Amino acid sequence: MFRWLQNYPHFLEIVYDLLEVSLHPLKRWFKPGSHSEPFIIAIEKLGKETVFGCQMCGQCILHSTGMTCPMNCPKQLRNGPCGGVRENGHCEVKPEMKCVWVEAYQRSLKMPKYGYQFASLQPPVNNQLKGTSSWINMFHGIDTDLPPGWTNTKDIPVKWVKEDFYANGD
Amino acid sequence: MPMETKVPCSRLESVLREGHFAVTAELNPPDSADPEDVYKAAGILANVCDGINAVDASGANCHISSVAICALLTRAGYEPVYQVTCRDRNRIAIQGDILGAAAMGVPNMLCLTGDDVTAGDQPEAKRVFDFDSIQLLRTARTMRDEATFLSGRKITSPPCFFLGAAANPFVPPYDWRPQRLAKKIAAGAQFIQTQYCFDLPRFKEYMTQVRDLGLDKQAFILAGVGPLKSAGAAEFMRTKVPGVVIPDQYVDRLKKTPKEKQQEEGKKICIELIEQIREIDGVAGIHIMAYRQEELVAEIVEQAGLMPRPTSNDQNKE
Repeated sequence: MFRWLQNYPHFLEIVYDLLEVSLHPLKRWFKPGSHSEPFIIAIEKLGKETVFGCQMCGQCILHSTGMTCPMNCPKQLRNGPCGGVRENGHCEVKPEMKCVWVEAYQRSLKMPKYGYQFASLQPPVNNQLKGTSSWINMFHGIDTDLPPGWTNTKDIPVKWVKEDFYANGD
Repeated sequence: MPMETKVPCSRLESVLREGHFAVTAELNPPDSADPEDVYKAAGILANVCDGINAVDASGANCHISSVAICALLTRAGYEPVYQVTCRDRNRIAIQGDILGAAAMGVPNMLCLTGDDVTAGDQPEAKRVFDFDSIQLLRTARTMRDEATFLSGRKITSPPCFFLGAAANPFVPPYDWRPQRLAKKIAAGAQFIQTQYCFDLPRFKEYMTQVRDLGLDKQAFILAGVGPLKSAGAAEFMRTKVPGVVIPDQYVDRLKKTPKEKQQEEGKKICIELIEQIREIDGVAGIHIMAYRQEELVAEIVEQAGLMPRPTSNDQNKE
């Protein structure tokens, strides 16, 4: 019903920032296993499902993926589109659906603050977090607690992203 | 030049580093438990290419597994390229297979996302996609360079792979495709094999962007090519096979050719394309996917003027 909001990624980017700031004072309520957890999960699910079709992976990267939920990709890819995208920009698996990543890319171009993060390498999904609240996980650093084998590898800056690539694009 | 593997173990890597225009080819995986069938399929490719790709249930159709094909090929002294997709196995199985393949002497690995299960003859299967191709690449590199699993646990004797990835410049979002290549190289790709290159203008444009980003210096790019068997086969490929784009001009050209001569015409188109691709700056070789026409690969390589190969693929064969 509110999916059209996704076509205003710049607006959502501002909402994202506001949300993070406004939730911060409530941090002490955001605890895994607390009494408030089921309510937080319900609110997060309601909001994000309505707008993004959120799958509650528990490790939200919306602002790095053009405010488009990558878990709606049938292959649940986290690092960009596969090679099976149709010439009309639709999905290999669901021909009637526009490729999640084609949309994500186009939207990220309209995001002056976080758009560049489209280029970052996303770690494998932590399947244990499915169904949990990404807000709680964010406040407690649970979503950035990566497998040691992932963090040990030297993080390579994405130096190949053309300067002002995102600023010029639309 | 792409980052060198610590202990070079791949002949394909040597061929590329010596500056030769490389040729790899895809093996037709038998639906058989007889090793002789694998050797038969490899035999027709061995002397005309520098690496033989063993597909991992391509198009989501079951065949003999890629790790088994590679193990059989290394026993006979061939140079296999082990294709791994994320569709069928989770991270535990994949990391185990990587060590297994390395233990069998497999020197090259190509990391792929994989066609979806719905592309094959068992669309009711469960899709896995625990990794995506980029996470797979980076994990394989960590196993090789840091001698650890993704969990951080130590590997006593790390695998030694020349790591590869795929690229498809021919589908949207076109202007981001070079960036995706950059991402794959950042994750560990040292060589790239592309989807079928029929749309040359698009490929040239892609390569221009790739060169602008300096990516052709960071990885060896092998352009995918293949002969079209008939007008019908071309039509099937471009409508049913995910990610394949064939411009009308080639399909029309085949349609205008009498049926019995279409295969010959398809081969001619393939050779013409190879000749034009060789002219493009930054292309380090070609990857021939002659699906069910593997017997044509030798003629194609010969007639495209790519013989003799710098290293005979079965030089170590006893």
